[in-house]
Amino acid sequence: MGARFLSIWFPHLVTDWHVRKQPQLRDVAFVLKAAVHNRSVVTAACPRATAGGIRAGTVLADARALMPGLQVLDDKPGLGAQLLDRIAEWCIRFTPVAAPDGPAGILLDATGCAHLWGGEDAYVADIVRRLSDRGYTVRAAMADTVGAAWAMARYGKEAVVEPGQHGRALLPLPVTALRLDPESGTRLHKLGLRLIRDLVVIPRPALRRRFGDALLQRLRQALGEEVEILVPVCPIAPYQERLPCLEPIVTRTGIEIALQRLLEVLCTRLRAEGKGLRTAVFRGYRMDGGTAGIEIATGRPAQHEEHLFHLFSLKLETMAPGTGIELFLLEATQVEDQDAVQSALWSAGGGLLDPQLSELLDRLAGKLGAGSLHRFLPAEHYWPERCYVPASGLTDTPASEWKVDRPRPLQLLSPPERIEVTAPVPDYPPMLFRYRGVLHQVVKADGPERIEPEWWIREGPHRDYYCVEDEAGRRYWLFRSGHYTPERTEQWYLHGLFA
Amino acid sequence: MCANTRHTGTPFAKIFSNLALHMLLTNEKADIITRLRQEVLQLQGFKAPLTHLLDDTGLGRINAAFPNGVFPRAALHEFVCAAPEEAAAATAFVAGLLSAFMRRGGAALWVGTGRRIFPPALRAFGLRPEQVIFLDLKKEKDVTWALTEALRCSALSAVVGELSELSFTDSRRFQLAIEASGVPCFALRRRLPATATTAVARWRVRPLASRTEEGLPGLGAPRWEVQLLKVRNGTPGTWELEWAGGRFRHTPKLAAVPAAQTKTG
Repeated sequence: MGARFLSIWFPHLVTDWHVRKQPQLRDVAFVLKAAVHNRSVVTAACPRATAGGIRAGTVLADARALMPGLQVLDDKPGLGAQLLDRIAEWCIRFTPVAAPDGPAGILLDATGCAHLWGGEDAYVADIVRRLSDRGYTVRAAMADTVGAAWAMARYGKEAVVEPGQHGRALLPLPVTALRLDPESGTRLHKLGLRLIRDLVVIPRPALRRRFGDALLQRLRQALGEEVEILVPVCPIAPYQERLPCLEPIVTRTGIEIALQRLLEVLCTRLRAEGKGLRTAVFRGYRMDGGTAGIEIATGRPAQHEEHLFHLFSLKLETMAPGTGIELFLLEATQVEDQDAVQSALWSAGGGLLDPQLSELLDRLAGKLGAGSLHRFLPAEHYWPERCYVPASGLTDTPASEWKVDRPRPLQLLSPPERIEVTAPVPDYPPMLFRYRGVLHQVVKADGPERIEPEWWIREGPHRDYYCVEDEAGRRYWLFRSGHYTPERTEQWYLHGLFA
Repeated sequence: MCANTRHTGTPFAKIFSNLALHMLLTNEKADIITRLRQEVLQLQGFKAPLTHLLDDTGLGRINAAFPNGVFPRAALHEFVCAAPEEAAAATAFVAGLLSAFMRRGGAALWVGTGRRIFPPALRAFGLRPEQVIFLDLKKEKDVTWALTEALRCSALSAVVGELSELSFTDSRRFQLAIEASGVPCFALRRRLPATATTAVARWRVRPLASRTEEGLPGLGAPRWEVQLLKVRNGTPGTWELEWAGGRFRHTPKLAAVPAAQTKTG
């Protein structure tokens, strides 16, 4: 099947938008203005103003003279491009490849799409009708090439040029329909070359000599001799599935069914290719033009429908269907090779690499945030706060052994809490200490164990740690920051609780 | 009268056989009842002894407090920790139990808010810290949700939850999940429980003064008073335990703690 392109032209894009926002502007002539070189210049004129002879580029004072009752609004720079982007995104329901085609058009790659609407005429008519319903003045045309569709939308009469007929259809159009820069257009006019019909009969080398390559390129593109590439507004993901709906979907059950169907298709494909997804987006395109989407992430490449469905269903309530969803889109944004499943016969209890466990962790991370899951590995440091590091995943294994030669408390206070002590003998553990208002009498003690703060990481006083046991058998880890001084007692801290 | 005399004349043999039949019946009934009891116990998480001989918890005498003399593994255990020091002791006790469950690999999930646990210290209680996945949450509500979700996953060796409140409904939900998956659950509760729960056992672990060789200074091995406050179908009790040499050890009761301060050089 040959390529088919649809070009949509919005003759009054920005003013139509203003009318949509402020319906009272519908019945008045108004223009948008912006300051250019210290002069107010009309940047866009509504159809009524255009009929009165005002064009974009007219100086505002002249326009006011032409139409005394003219309303003037400020133009927002970049509004047109923004609108085109938004409309192009909206057009994704008609085709996966939609591209804004500035300054006032949109291009759709409609190859193989029209049959879903029952033919090209119905397809174009539906798009035009829907855009008109939204208040835009639209002209659209479909042809085999981007150039031809563009020309037909702006200058032609037929909405659909039959396949292979674009060369013929272009002939009676003016040369400006070839998307020429204004300068070349004027020069062609001066030479009497007004229609494309006049242009095609001239030998190409002669045209190149006079007008350069740009004109020839445009001509070749329009005639389909050179392929033109569209840059879609949303890049096409290689793993993407679409599900258009006959009726807009508003219920949770409906959304779930759609999700299940899409997951089935996507996962079958992933399985066939030996891949698994790490992140995925499920999007719904709504009737009112908005989109609703939810994202999931997995710890390991996943291709299990049930698990993925569960991950999505945890977030499904955040998906607002609004007036109804007419197109569902499931996209695997990050796909990785599925590592071969290792069957560990000797570990009956699963272990860290059990797929069930990674599925559980995905669910927990999906609901509670990936930042809440931690796993720790030993680090080669003596400073207690630094002697373990978070692991990046489940497959990381410790590079060194955990140190158990020194007593370490099972609970560590972070940060250490200051205590009041009675410590009369230098480098001896305190006799008494008061922690949170409770007085503890030290009965047994071990220490000191001096730990330096590793000057190459951070400078500071060392800590002398003592393990102490009070009269009730409770065991604590205390330290004195820096050297002993009899007059300073604020340097003592409680850092941990032993079992 | 006449009939009576005739009845008294019945041979002893017949009475005896009736009695024997009756006894046989009662025996059968008793058998059925014992069997049913066993089934109920199994359903409640008290598995028959054979299956878990390999994974002895090392609790020794404490096992006798449970029905069948077996530590109920697939069950909800509650630990009452009224003070942070008790929480540390209970954490150590749980870590010791987990190390028995995970001797041959596996993974445990540790769920809680405001985690204080110092992972490297778990190694001293026989547990490999890298086998523990910590889930640090902000809200208590999320903890119960995460626990329920985790207990349904049979790939885990154990689940530990640090909670303040545990309602009866939540504990029932945990119990149902455990019955399906067989994953042990240890709930460390920061507050004294106000309501009943479906926990099979309620424990309290309090630190005790450590023992050192006579006259030697310093601290000994961690020692606790382990109280089994409640146990379903078992007998509650109190024991004194020590963690030494990588396992639990029962210690004789100490007379008194020496008051004098001792210290190493």
